Amino acid sequence: MLHTILTVILVSPLIGSMIAGLFGRQIGRKGAHTVTILGVFISTVLAAYVFKLFVLDGHAPYNASLYTWFQAEGIKFELGYMIDSLSATMMLVVTFVSLMVHIYTIGYMDHDEDYDHDNPYYQRFFSYISLFTFSMLSLVMANNFLQLFFGWEAVGLVSYLLIGFYMKRESAIQANLKAFLVNRVGDFGFILGIAMVFMYFGTMDYQEFFAGLNAQVGKTISFIPGVEWSVITVMVLLLFVGAMGKSAQIPLHVWLPESMEGPTPISALIHAATMVTAGIFMVARLSPAYELSEVALSFILIIGALTAFFMGLLGIIQNDIKRVVAYSTLSQLGYMTAALGASAYAAGMFHVLTHAFFKALLFLAAGSVIVAMHHNQDIRKMGGLKKYMPITYWALLIGSLALIGFPGFAGFYSKDSILLAVHEADVWGSGFAYILLLAGVFITAFYSFRMFFIVFHGEESEYVKNHHIKESPWVITFPLIMLSIPAVVIGIPLVGPILSGSYFADAITVFEQHNVLHEIYMHHFVEGGALGMALHGFMSLPVMLALSGVFIAWYFYIKNPAIPEKIKNACPRGYKVLEAGYGFDKFNEIVFVKGALKLGNFFWQKIDVKLIDTGLVTNTFMSVYNAARAMRTMQTGYIYHYAFVMIFGLLGMLIWVLW
Amino acid sequence: MNFVIPNFAPAIPEIALLILASVVLIGDTIWSKRCQNATYYATQLSLIIVGWLIVDSFTVHQIVTFDGSFVRDTLSDVLKIFTVLIALGIFLFARTSMQEKKYGSGEFYVLGLFAILGMFVMISAYNLITLYLGLEIMSLSLYAIIALHRNSGVAVEAASKYFVLGALATGMLLYGFSMIYGATGEINFDKIAAVIATGQVDHTVLAFGVVFVVIGLIFKMGGAPFHMWVPDVYHGAPTAVTLFLGTIPKIAAFAMVYRLMVEAMPGLLKDWQQLLIIVTVLSLIVGSIVAIAQDNLKRMLAYSGIGHVGFILLGFIAGTFDGFASAMYYVLVYAITGLVGFGMMIVLGKGRQEFDRIDDFKGLNARNPWLALMMLFAMFSMAGVPPFIGFFAKLMVIEEVVKAGFVWLAVVAVITAVISAFYYLRVVKVMYFDVPEDTTPIKAVNRTTQWTASFVAIALLVFGLIPSGFINLCYNAVALTH
Repeated sequence: MLHTILTVILVSPLIGSMIAGLFGRQIGRKGAHTVTILGVFISTVLAAYVFKLFVLDGHAPYNASLYTWFQAEGIKFELGYMIDSLSATMMLVVTFVSLMVHIYTIGYMDHDEDYDHDNPYYQRFFSYISLFTFSMLSLVMANNFLQLFFGWEAVGLVSYLLIGFYMKRESAIQANLKAFLVNRVGDFGFILGIAMVFMYFGTMDYQEFFAGLNAQVGKTISFIPGVEWSVITVMVLLLFVGAMGKSAQIPLHVWLPESMEGPTPISALIHAATMVTAGIFMVARLSPAYELSEVALSFILIIGALTAFFMGLLGIIQNDIKRVVAYSTLSQLGYMTAALGASAYAAGMFHVLTHAFFKALLFLAAGSVIVAMHHNQDIRKMGGLKKYMPITYWALLIGSLALIGFPGFAGFYSKDSILLAVHEADVWGSGFAYILLLAGVFITAFYSFRMFFIVFHGEESEYVKNHHIKESPWVITFPLIMLSIPAVVIGIPLVGPILSGSYFADAITVFEQHNVLHEIYMHHFVEGGALGMALHGFMSLPVMLALSGVFIAWYFYIKNPAIPEKIKNACPRGYKVLEAGYGFDKFNEIVFVKGALKLGNFFWQKIDVKLIDTGLVTNTFMSVYNAARAMRTMQTGYIYHYAFVMIFGLLGMLIWVLW
Repeated sequence: MNFVIPNFAPAIPEIALLILASVVLIGDTIWSKRCQNATYYATQLSLIIVGWLIVDSFTVHQIVTFDGSFVRDTLSDVLKIFTVLIALGIFLFARTSMQEKKYGSGEFYVLGLFAILGMFVMISAYNLITLYLGLEIMSLSLYAIIALHRNSGVAVEAASKYFVLGALATGMLLYGFSMIYGATGEINFDKIAAVIATGQVDHTVLAFGVVFVVIGLIFKMGGAPFHMWVPDVYHGAPTAVTLFLGTIPKIAAFAMVYRLMVEAMPGLLKDWQQLLIIVTVLSLIVGSIVAIAQDNLKRMLAYSGIGHVGFILLGFIAGTFDGFASAMYYVLVYAITGLVGFGMMIVLGKGRQEFDRIDDFKGLNARNPWLALMMLFAMFSMAGVPPFIGFFAKLMVIEEVVKAGFVWLAVVAVITAVISAFYYLRVVKVMYFDVPEDTTPIKAVNRTTQWTASFVAIALLVFGLIPSGFINLCYNAVALTH
């Protein structure tokens, strides 16, 4: 029964996607969105049931295989499910956000300047997002590395297709190519990691992998003679490189801001709520392995903290409404990663959860603004939109409050847990990370409310005055309202179980000496509960920093709009560094693009054309071809020739055997 | 002298097939004038009856009857069921091309049935004489079937080539049989094996016999260097006949090799293994390389078939029962895939015009995307691209041969498989990327053939995605038999 339910959850978005994709022209727009929404709706309802079963009722983890493709020399190629609190939670989040985005898309994609009306782009879009839902589900439900990898690549593929959805725009093509290439770097590490898992554990199955971990402790591997590395450390770091690509951590973050070239619904679904958190999910899923390597944890913590701080800083200077949200996503992903590094996997996943809701909300609200502004994304052209679009206004406000961690909102609990956990952690580098993360809180509040004030409270721009701006249709506002609810309340019931460790007890392993969340639970939660935590929050440093960020944003952009310009002029160099995104793109362009071009030219001209093409391929081909022609001429068509060959063969064999 | 009435029960399918074939033969002379399709339906009905008889009395034990000359076991039942199934498909395709070409269609079905009877006897043969009898029933029917189109020069040429060379090969086979009989004094397979196992037999005579027997067998399978007839015959025969020749006789030939090598001469493993290695390497090379130079699809598939024989023999070379099972799996997969590969020429052929040049497939995707996709399935499966069934067939034989320690053979097999991928993929390339000379949409000759081809082609994919049942069937059949 459960098995069937899981299969239905997994497959129904796929069926919807196939119908919408293959028969899009026949079933028309209405048919396409009906069938895909129906598929995802079924998944959502059943995922809610599974969530209730595994999280609320505490069903024992379910691990079973659905289909074994084949088995060769110990490698099993199979599809299977590993369902526990972790995957059940992710399943619900993925399907719910996906459902909201599906509904939202009806409104958002209705008109499109890039395509003629009779182009089935609309059906194609629905097909893609449903396919994404399927891929993401197969990633989170996997019980083995191979399926994880399949889902991992499949979401990457759909992401690529959707970033380049406006295929006539040069920038979109550049962006999806970039996303693809950067993810290749990450996936290279990831697949090496999987290869190491297979090499040392001889299995692809999670359960067998966890069982074999202890036997590998203390083993070393040596790449350079004389230097020994712990097998587990190398393995988990390689896997983490995959996570860095997918979850856009420094220095593999460069693709995420540009992914905003895709339509807004997918920015919400893929590049904020779900796909980019796959890396976090993967590390949490493999927590028993990560726990064994202090080095890896330190590395993760520092990478996360760096991303959280430096990417947030970039959000301050963005003028594209989606890019502001994109940089905030990057920064929040940094927080989640930092939580993993502090062994607070549960807090990281908690933030994944809350972030999925409030960031999807922010993106969809931003999309609503974009629709109202007739697909204009520059915040300097907005201003004073509050009176035109009240629902979007409140949605964006709620999303922003949740994002900055205003006490009581969902984001407060998760972010505060992360901050406290990093503060408590004794991993190398945790002090440094804590400072970066604290500073990040201030910055987050500043840029979020900068955007908020400029868009809704600032002076009405010429554009707004001259155009007819109106609130979006219900298919857009309904998802906003639906997402606002969890963005506000989801933290309160969850924070207790998350901190005490009971929520993910069956899925996440934390060693006693690393268990910072439990200490937080004892010190901050036990007396006052969720409410006490919120009240206490007002006194705490992070919230004060956040509130001061909001205040300064207000002062800079509403009260005294001349100040930002002054600051910009006062330190032009700093501004330039930010504008260039710390030069990551420049660096990549010079080193990788130009360097690769040179290297490629060398290989092309010298190695490929001269050595391989003419030397190996053409010669091989010509010799095979000549052999073929020569042997063909033996086929003369004369019986006596054939008989001669037979007799000759007979003699040859006789001699061979009787010799 | 006392005469014991033998147990007829195990041979009921064969007896039924003989009776039905005779009925069809006589019936055809009566009803062919009035009712064109009667022979066809009678043939299909006969096959269904025979198939049902086998399924109904499916056995998991070995039953030997007719004084040790006939055996019924799981292996024979499975092979016969597949023969019947594939034959049903062949006749479905062939009917169309027989109708359109208006020559001897009744004879085609009748001869086809007799050839199948010969295959059944070969599959169930348990002594040298029965085996020879079955082989001749099959071969004589096939010679006649190839020459069915009496006015066609190429067809007659093909038939006479096959006949003359076939006679030569049969002569060698018989000579080998007589050597073995001379050395052991037995004609029953189990007794031959027992005598050889005693070790008191002149090994030289036996080895001499083995060489001749192997040559006879390899000729019938179409392995190099006894393959010369294959391309000419496949090419010269009408497409429906090529379809027949290229598929089920391989199954019977597999059974023949199995009975002789594994059941009668397991003690001479070392001798026949060596010979098979030579044949395999040559077949793999000829099959992969010469096919590249072909521009006719029938000839290309003929050479590719030679390569596939190499793969089938790999399973025998492994010398283990798992190896034989993998060879069996391969031969069945090959026969099924061949059904689509050859059948597609009939599906797309129109009237008297043959659709058998590779150029004819140019731009097929633009002209009929569905059939192009089905052809792609067949080509991918033959090339061994996962997840099609052909991938597993290659995987299994290579795995077995590696297990048996012949790594270098596996390397040769893989390299030739890569080379042969070239010409399979060329068909795909021609279909999808070349611009057709004639851009008009092309329709299948009729619905039945299109559905049959599609059904089988999709089965290639489905059994590649769910491979274990079919593989286990072969492994169990072999395991239950020895």
